[in-house]
Amino acid sequence: MIELTKVTKKFDTGKAVLTAVDQVDLSIADGEIFGIIGYSGAGKSTLIRLLNGLEKPTSGTVEINGKVITSIKGGELRKARQKVSMIFQHFNLLWSRTVKENIEFPLEIAGVSKQQRGKRVQELIELVGLAGREHAYPSELSGGQKQRVGIARALANDPEVLLCDEATSALDPETTDAILDLLVDINKRLGLTIVLITHEMHVIRKICHRVAVMEGGRVVELGDVLNVFQSPKEEITKRFVAQVTDSGDSEETIKNLRELYPTGELVKLVFVGEQTEQPILTKLIRSHAVEVNIVQGNISHTQRGAYGTLILQLKGSKAEIEEALAFLRTEDVQAEVMHND
Amino acid sequence: MIDSLFPNVDWDSMWEATLETLYMTALSTVFTFVIGLALGIILFLTAPKQLWANKVVNWLTGAFVNIFRSIPFIILIILLIPFTLFLMGSIRGPNAALPALIIGSAPFYARMVLIALKEIDKGVIEAARSMGATTGTIIWKVLLPESKPALISGITVTAIALVGYTAMAGIIGAGGLGTLAFLDGFQRSREDVTLMATILILIIVFVIQYIGDLATTKADKR
Repeated sequence: MIELTKVTKKFDTGKAVLTAVDQVDLSIADGEIFGIIGYSGAGKSTLIRLLNGLEKPTSGTVEINGKVITSIKGGELRKARQKVSMIFQHFNLLWSRTVKENIEFPLEIAGVSKQQRGKRVQELIELVGLAGREHAYPSELSGGQKQRVGIARALANDPEVLLCDEATSALDPETTDAILDLLVDINKRLGLTIVLITHEMHVIRKICHRVAVMEGGRVVELGDVLNVFQSPKEEITKRFVAQVTDSGDSEETIKNLRELYPTGELVKLVFVGEQTEQPILTKLIRSHAVEVNIVQGNISHTQRGAYGTLILQLKGSKAEIEEALAFLRTEDVQAEVMHND
Repeated sequence: MIDSLFPNVDWDSMWEATLETLYMTALSTVFTFVIGLALGIILFLTAPKQLWANKVVNWLTGAFVNIFRSIPFIILIILLIPFTLFLMGSIRGPNAALPALIIGSAPFYARMVLIALKEIDKGVIEAARSMGATTGTIIWKVLLPESKPALISGITVTAIALVGYTAMAGIIGAGGLGTLAFLDGFQRSREDVTLMATILILIIVFVIQYIGDLATTKADKR
């Protein structure tokens, strides 16, 4: 359980005081994958560093599993950091050490005996899928492999919390997905809490349970990933959501579609969670006289279920179309007729 | 053949002088390495935003390093005569040259250490902190290994400069190839002695450079 209470962090740049994190309250449950999204400069990078005491807040408290991180220091803080480990955008591996030695480093810090270190490193190398690369130096690894080393290193001391600082931002899309899969796998297998910051909604959509949107040091929106995708409230959130759901509702698109499908009605369906699994279209076609034509579709899978839109062209008499729409609404699907205005 | 090219060279004293030069260079390099490393680490860690950020210590260390780095070596030797006399009990011979050699070159090396440490990726230090490393661990297991190639190439350059310094110290009686070249060669107009001493110094420098380059390449896994 991670509990942030009225956390504020100000930086004195000499000329002005910059408020990087502004009165943030957050509560993150055990075993949760919690995402924090924001553009650069939103304060997310400072916020995540408050969680392991790399930054001290100007005011407010951070509590992790009963330990008030913000009020401990010295040996106690160093001990606590072994349970709140971190992975980084640029991996931050020691180039002078091999894969094995890099993973061993936190174990050396924790004072684990050489024999036990060797055993643990082997387990971790298997866990992150780097068997055979033990004696390679970081310069001989690809970006994805380097991040795997970073993850293995972070897991070495059996942490309770894993902090991910833009962990996939330096990777190509395919490698990003592989690393995200690994994080989900670790989350499920070891039950550890993951807090990640990112500027990519793709990352949030793919692995997070809940998301906080940050802007100007504040958390402006917070909720279940699915809910946030379904009905983003803030302008900035809508922009992030649009990153991954190719929005079929911009005026330009609607106009184009209307030109392409001049007859009948264009209807946009929004699916959230469970309904995606049900054969709504089949039912619609079987029980109604309308002709159904799929124009455009987009389904995104999140950790809490699927979210998607489907644009249909319905052809038939006005009454038939009305009837079809009424049916769709009874099925708990948001259905709206797309008007050309 | 060699005797006809170098008629005035007394090979025994030439060999002895070479050993003295090697002795002074080796010992002063070791002390310079240790002291310069310590000074460089202090300069690095006490700088603003670093682990031991401390304006006063940083300023004092910086001032010490800059002053002793700026004094021309030949003047430094003379300035340090009372100190040398107090420390070694004599101002003649190879041992008497050591304090001046070390005080003259440690600040020089400290600057190189500072440059080497500044080159280290800040993220790596942050990663070590995030794992709960103490500052001691960070120094021994992050700062030194991650800057090893630059530290080695720095001490190579410094050791070569020290060979030159020993020759200068030779002029005021420290012994070694410098004294030989100056007293036996220059003052008695025996050019062949000066030439032979120069050749030996060049060989020493080339060997140091070769070993240094080899070690730097071997240490660099980037």
